[in-house]
Amino acid sequence: MFKILKKEELSEVITLFEIDAKHIAKKAKPGNFFILKIHEEGERIPLTIADFDRDKGTITSVFQKVGKTTYHLGTLNEGDYLSDVIGPLGNPSHIENFGKVVCVGGGVGIAPVYPITKALKEAGNKIISIIGARSKDLLFWEDKMRKVSDELIVTTDDGSYGRKGVVTIPLEEILKGDQMKATKKHVPSFEDREAVQDPSVNLVIAIGPPIMMKFVCKTTEKFNVKTIVSLNSIMVDGTGMCGACRVEVGGETKFACVDGPEFDGHKVDFDLLMKRLQMYLVEEKVAMDMYSGKM
Amino acid sequence: MEEQEEKKEQKKKIKVKMREQPPLERIKNFNEVPHGYSPEEAVEEATRCLSCKRPTCVDYCPVEVDIPGFLKLVKEGKFLEAAYKVKETNALPAVCGRVCPQEVQCESGCIVGKKGEPVAIGNLERFVADYEAEKGEVMIPEKPKPTGRKIAVIGSGPGGLTCAADLAMSGHQVTLFEALHKAGGVLIYGIPEFRLPKQIVAREVDYIKKLGVELVVNAVIGKLFTIDELFNEYGYDACFICIGAGLPMFMGIPGENLNGVYSANEFLTRSNLMKSYLFPNYDTPIKKGKRVAVVGGGNVAMDSARIAMRLGAEKVYLIYRRSEVEMPARKAEVHHAHEEGIEFLLLTNPTRYIDDGKGNVCAVECVKMELGEPDESGRRKPVVIKGSEFQMEIDIAIPALGTKANPLLTKTTTDLKLNKRGYIIAEEATGMTSKRGVFAGGDIVTGAATVILAMGAGRKAARATNEYLKWKYWDVSNLAKAI
Repeated sequence: MFKILKKEELSEVITLFEIDAKHIAKKAKPGNFFILKIHEEGERIPLTIADFDRDKGTITSVFQKVGKTTYHLGTLNEGDYLSDVIGPLGNPSHIENFGKVVCVGGGVGIAPVYPITKALKEAGNKIISIIGARSKDLLFWEDKMRKVSDELIVTTDDGSYGRKGVVTIPLEEILKGDQMKATKKHVPSFEDREAVQDPSVNLVIAIGPPIMMKFVCKTTEKFNVKTIVSLNSIMVDGTGMCGACRVEVGGETKFACVDGPEFDGHKVDFDLLMKRLQMYLVEEKVAMDMYSGKM
Repeated sequence: MEEQEEKKEQKKKIKVKMREQPPLERIKNFNEVPHGYSPEEAVEEATRCLSCKRPTCVDYCPVEVDIPGFLKLVKEGKFLEAAYKVKETNALPAVCGRVCPQEVQCESGCIVGKKGEPVAIGNLERFVADYEAEKGEVMIPEKPKPTGRKIAVIGSGPGGLTCAADLAMSGHQVTLFEALHKAGGVLIYGIPEFRLPKQIVAREVDYIKKLGVELVVNAVIGKLFTIDELFNEYGYDACFICIGAGLPMFMGIPGENLNGVYSANEFLTRSNLMKSYLFPNYDTPIKKGKRVAVVGGGNVAMDSARIAMRLGAEKVYLIYRRSEVEMPARKAEVHHAHEEGIEFLLLTNPTRYIDDGKGNVCAVECVKMELGEPDESGRRKPVVIKGSEFQMEIDIAIPALGTKANPLLTKTTTDLKLNKRGYIIAEEATGMTSKRGVFAGGDIVTGAATVILAMGAGRKAARATNEYLKWKYWDVSNLAKAI
């Protein structure tokens, strides 16, 4: 049994839990995920480890209420217990000094992108972060992200906060700026010098809804900038045993749980990922309807 | 008088059949298929045993159960004593009685079987184990003097359970680590309820806990703790790795990632471990197909096909590239599958799965095969018949093609020698590996095999661990030769 030590509502549909799991906290690294099951009849769902505290022995999880399990999870409170917490799973992010990195987090994907951004910052990278959500009330962790970034850009689809539009707009501007600098052949003027000394983006990390990751990859592909995405496929055991999470990367079948969850975004078949995520739409509705009735 | 004698003689040649649920009834439920013997039936069947002076049945049992010994007790109606007798060497009799391939083990060595049907040793083993549990008189052996040694057993499948039980009975402090949320390994996630009720597995696990074994679920060794951490930080003296094989194999044909194509591992895990056949009372969903194609000829294929039937399929096909003779499945399972109306498409192989345009499988294309020369397995190799392609409408496909080694643990234990296919290299007689204090056995050493073979490996490793703890002697020069 694993105790929920802290609960925080980040928005109407996004909740944060700090869970007592000292062994997992000890081994967790940015990019890892874990699996939880609420009770005997529950399903196993994978969630990213959004943060961890080795001293306190806790892991932090941020989830969005979308179906029966996550709505049920949202009703739990501090002091309640989860029957099962399994992790840390998946390969950790590759952290080193790449130079300049853009970290993109969309919606609930801001949570998993945070520990990676933090680790990249600590490794000496210059960080530009772009976080986006549909509207202001779905946005969270702006402060946390600002602390680990050299520059932070916020976007909302409806323009209720930050820049109006999707995350790929500022991303494209940044990459275009790099391209223009690179094509400048003349000796830079005094004003330009600072700009030219600023290195180009070497890596983009993008975590969010598949559709966002797909368009981030389409954007960065044009500029030939390596892009890492973290895939949130459906899983059961999370240890490679079942293959529910299979994805196609570079034409090859991979298991997101043991081969990922991070992959080279330019090679990922996002359309397949999106179709596979919809496999249980009918069943999800049945479960949710039954649960709503009970509530 | 003579006629009567002859009748009796004739009767001796045929075993007492176990009553079971009729096929048309059982395909609508997940309850166990055979009902088990009554005490009278058990005595009658045990009486067929000749109590051979040199019993060959025991030679074929990987854990060397004293078969004539326990059958004699059954004959005498001493069912509890019979159960204790079996348990002297087999910690999981209720499981083995149900899932062992007796036809190639104990029963194949039975002398009675030379002239008629062999004594139904498996059925009787099941009977005595169930009798003991029903009477509520499960005997817990006296706890031995603690040795002060700590052993980690990794994986709570049949091999791990056996090894943990043996080591606990030797007085060691044993921790049994399980990656999933429930103990039992393949007995829980793999073998379906109607073949092995999960209550029985829970009973056996409970027995092992009563022997003093500490069970830790949700512990993915290699991720949560490495083997070196178990030794250096947590003070374990030895460990036994019995983690099963793991990663499901696919054929690499087009369309395998369409929705509706399940690895057998996933289909079984959803149904058995997660109880998705009880959805929505249990939260894990499973697609209930109308027309289901299972690919393969092993026990896992039979189990998948029979589950699909029970989930309400109108038609279940079993596609196998060889003929029925070559099927590796237990004979009883093949027989049950036939009875339940599963249509066998033999000498047939799928070539691609077809998309309905929305990402779901809607048909499978197959080719017909014929048997050619024997291959390295000794079985005749199936060869494609050119131009024999045909398509079948399906909405669920379940490739049950076996597994390959899961690298999760071995990746983080770099001084553990693996073979080319990623399986751990271990000495057959002892389970000793290239790493001091680490024993291994079961599917992660041999590749996919049976419950009882993993149990045999667990028993051998327990014995070898005791020797190692006594002498601290680690000689794996034989292993080097094996590599």
